[in-house]
Amino acid sequence: MVEWTDFERATIQSIFSKMDYDDVGPAALSRCLVVYPWTQRYFGNFGNLYNAAAIQGNPMVAAHGKTVLRGLDRAVKNMDDIKATYAELSVLHSEKLRVDPDNFRLLADCLTIVVAARMGADFTADVQGAFQKFLAVVVSSLGRQYH
Amino acid sequence: MQANHTCAVRPSRHSTSTHSTSATGYNMLTDHEKELIAKIWDKMIPVASEIGAECLLRMMTTFPGTKTYFAHLDIRPRSPHLRSHGKKIVLAIAECSKDISSMMVTLAPLQTLHAYKLRIDPCNFKLLCHCILVTLAAHMGDEFDPVAHAAMDKYLSAFAAVLAEKYR
Repeated sequence: MVEWTDFERATIQSIFSKMDYDDVGPAALSRCLVVYPWTQRYFGNFGNLYNAAAIQGNPMVAAHGKTVLRGLDRAVKNMDDIKATYAELSVLHSEKLRVDPDNFRLLADCLTIVVAARMGADFTADVQGAFQKFLAVVVSSLGRQYH
Repeated sequence: MQANHTCAVRPSRHSTSTHSTSATGYNMLTDHEKELIAKIWDKMIPVASEIGAECLLRMMTTFPGTKTYFAHLDIRPRSPHLRSHGKKIVLAIAECSKDISSMMVTLAPLQTLHAYKLRIDPCNFKLLCHCILVTLAAHMGDEFDPVAHAAMDKYLSAFAAVLAEKYR
């Protein structure tokens, strides 16, 4: 089981409680599709992903970004059992969606950068450490059911 | 990534761009991206110690394994060692960004240093690169948009790859 310090718990709850999921979700996903264009392979039916402007303006990308962040919220609310929380989603991503699990890490990195840009100096090294530890657990849990 | 005549050279993505005899053997970056990168690093030069120290501190906090390379330094926040070491790194990256096509030449001494003396496992380079991106985002906010992020990520990946070139 993952051990969380009081600081880590408080930091995660604080960041996500202040976060606008409908802003950050689309920003993180669209950034991922721009910075790591090979991730677009999973979004063939999303329409125009031709360039950065198209991606950032694409409504299907935005909608999916919101879905992803709301999914992340489940881990925020269940920090002591993230593995179980994501067991089904992991199977879904592995067997149905067939997403390379390395993509979870890429999206997590983009989310970190979006949050850093929003929080500025408040995203200190310690806050980053806690945030990335949380995302590392999420990423690991999502990759858990791949066989 | 040396200029290698046997591998297919990717066509340049910019009609008026730098030719494909760039040091890295192919052109990952358009002229616009190179300008963007140089402009960002130019602004970091006057605050190199502050930015550099922050990048290192972020890396060592988020990825504690990287601390193993700094047993000889005081790596507490605000330590003068962190600032002077961070400054060296930022200045090297900034200097190189002024002429990205000559990366192989500019970085030759640092390649030797890292390969024969420092011997930092190259997997750590991407950890520092990520923390550099986070630092830039925290300082630049919205200005560090996806296009700037993509360009910078490509530049730092190329820098890291060139740095590791002489390892074996």
